[in-house]
Order: sequence, then C-alpha cells, then structure tokens
Amino acid sequence: MKPFRVSVHIVPRKGLLDPQGKAVADALHTLGFASVAEVHVGRHLVIETQAGDAKAAEASVREMCGRLLANPVTEDFEIAGVVPA
Amino acid sequence: MKVGVVSFPGSNCDEDAVLAVAEHLQRPAVLLWHKDHDLQGADVVILPGGFSYGDYLRAGAIARFSPIMQEVVAHAKRGGPVIGICNGFQIACEAGLLPGALLRNANLQFRSMPVRLRVENTDTVFTRRARAGAQLTMPIAHGDGRYTADPETLARLEGEGRVVFRYVDAAGEASDAANPNGAMHNIAGVTNATGTVVGLMPHPERAMEPLLGSADGLVLFQSLLQTM
Repeated sequence: MKPFRVSVHIVPRKGLLDPQGKAVADALHTLGFASVAEVHVGRHLVIETQAGDAKAAEASVREMCGRLLANPVTEDFEIAGVVPA
Repeated sequence: MKVGVVSFPGSNCDEDAVLAVAEHLQRPAVLLWHKDHDLQGADVVILPGGFSYGDYLRAGAIARFSPIMQEVVAHAKRGGPVIGICNGFQIACEAGLLPGALLRNANLQFRSMPVRLRVENTDTVFTRRARAGAQLTMPIAHGDGRYTADPETLARLEGEGRVVFRYVDAAGEASDAANPNGAMHNIAGVTNATGTVVGLMPHPERAMEPLLGSADGLVLFQSLLQTM
C-alpha cells in the first residue's frame, strides 16, 4: 500500500438551478467581466488515502463519492487528479 | 404510544419536539442519542430540526451515517412512523427514506418566517386528522429548503399523491410568491409510498399553541393518536 492524494470536484448537476453560481456570475458582471457566461459553485475535496496503485486509489474515491461525498440526486463529480502523496 | 426524538450533534429542535409530544399530546417522549443503537421502544421517531454535524458536506449527509440511523431506517422499513422536520427532512432524504433532496434556497437567503401550507394528502400517519385542502400556518427557518427531484421522481410523487404539503398564498394558490425557497412545485413536504414516513421543511413543533403564533402544527401530532 502506498499513500496517494486524490482530488475530486463536485458540482451541481447540469440543468439544475444553481443560485450560488448565478450570484457569483452577477457579481463578476458587475465588476466588468462581461464575457463570463456561467459560474458553477461546487466543492473541491482532497483525500489522502492508502492504495495499491493510482487506479485503486481512484476507484476507492469514486466509491466514496457514490456513497457520501456527492449527492446522486443533485450533484456530479469528477476525479481531478491522483498523485503519490 | 412512545415517541423517540433523535439528538444529533447540532440538533436544536429536539427539546421542542419532546415538549410538543409530552406537553401537548400527553404521551411519553425520549431523546435518542445519535451514537446509540437503541430506539428505547419508541413507536414513532422524530428526526428534528437543527444543523446536524454543522451541515458539513451537505445538510444531513453525515447524520445519516450515525449509528442510530441504522435503527431508524430499519424501523421505517418495518412500517414504523418517522417524521423528519427541517434538518430531519434533509436527513431522511439523504438516508433514502424519502426521494429527492433539499438544496440551497433559490434566493440565497436564510428564511425565518411563518408560511401557509395546504394539506394535499390526508392519507399519511401524520396528516390523518387534517382536512384535505386545509391551510395551516407554521414557521420555517432554513437556508437549504429547495425541494428538488429528477423529473421522473417528481412525476411519480405527483401521480401517486405523495406531496403532503405545498406552500400557498393567502388565496390558497401555490404561487411563486408563496414559495419561500424555490422548491419544485411549491413542495414543502412529501411522504413515502406507504404514508408512514413524512418529511417537511416547516416546523409543526413550533406551532403547538396560540402563544407561539399558531397551533396548526398540533394536527400532525394528533394524527398519530388515531394511528397508534
């Protein structure tokens, strides 16, 4: 077993109302960033875990997302990176 | 009939729920510690309001893995009555006892105010004493109350009459103006397929006597007496 650091992005499911994202987009427009089309506010988690290899570390975090870290009704997740810790 | 009220770290309406049962229903009510595996013989379980585990990750996401929740889920699967109020509704959804999820209020405000509800379903163990179409006034106090479900689930809930409460205006209409959080179809509360588990964002336990501004919450508790 080796230590790995796995990063995961959790974002609101596409098409669902995202009032936080909209509020941030509105603020950016106010600041003059007129080119901003949309903002989505989610969570970024960094998980330090032991695994046999990077693939196993990712598989384990995917299971964590399915069971706890992301709400299957309203959120999507993507593994942003798996690096040796 | 004995009622068990779960205390999670961060629950803040657990004592109100105990008081509602003990004082206004004259039935025994006990607090159930979240680390316990014992429902202490409770026939009915209340998942109370508050901010269990500080709402970390998502409201209700961590509370659902509390030891006591295994017993609550087993109790619900046996047909035992469970009511989730506010944070308890969020926990019940996270635990899969009820469909859907509660998201950040569309207006991004924490709404603490009385709301008017229309009773849509009187065939649950918590609404049996209510009159269909009756309008009840109860307080809400939440930042994450926007009921959301995928289109298929929403259609199923509506088709099966499983929406129990809807936010309505003074004219009794489920208007946008009456919707305090952007909930889909103005949904304030839903039930499971058997009408034994109910979740709602408003607080019936804070509307038990006129001194509190409303006694309209009483009917949910009185409905239990008819069942149990």
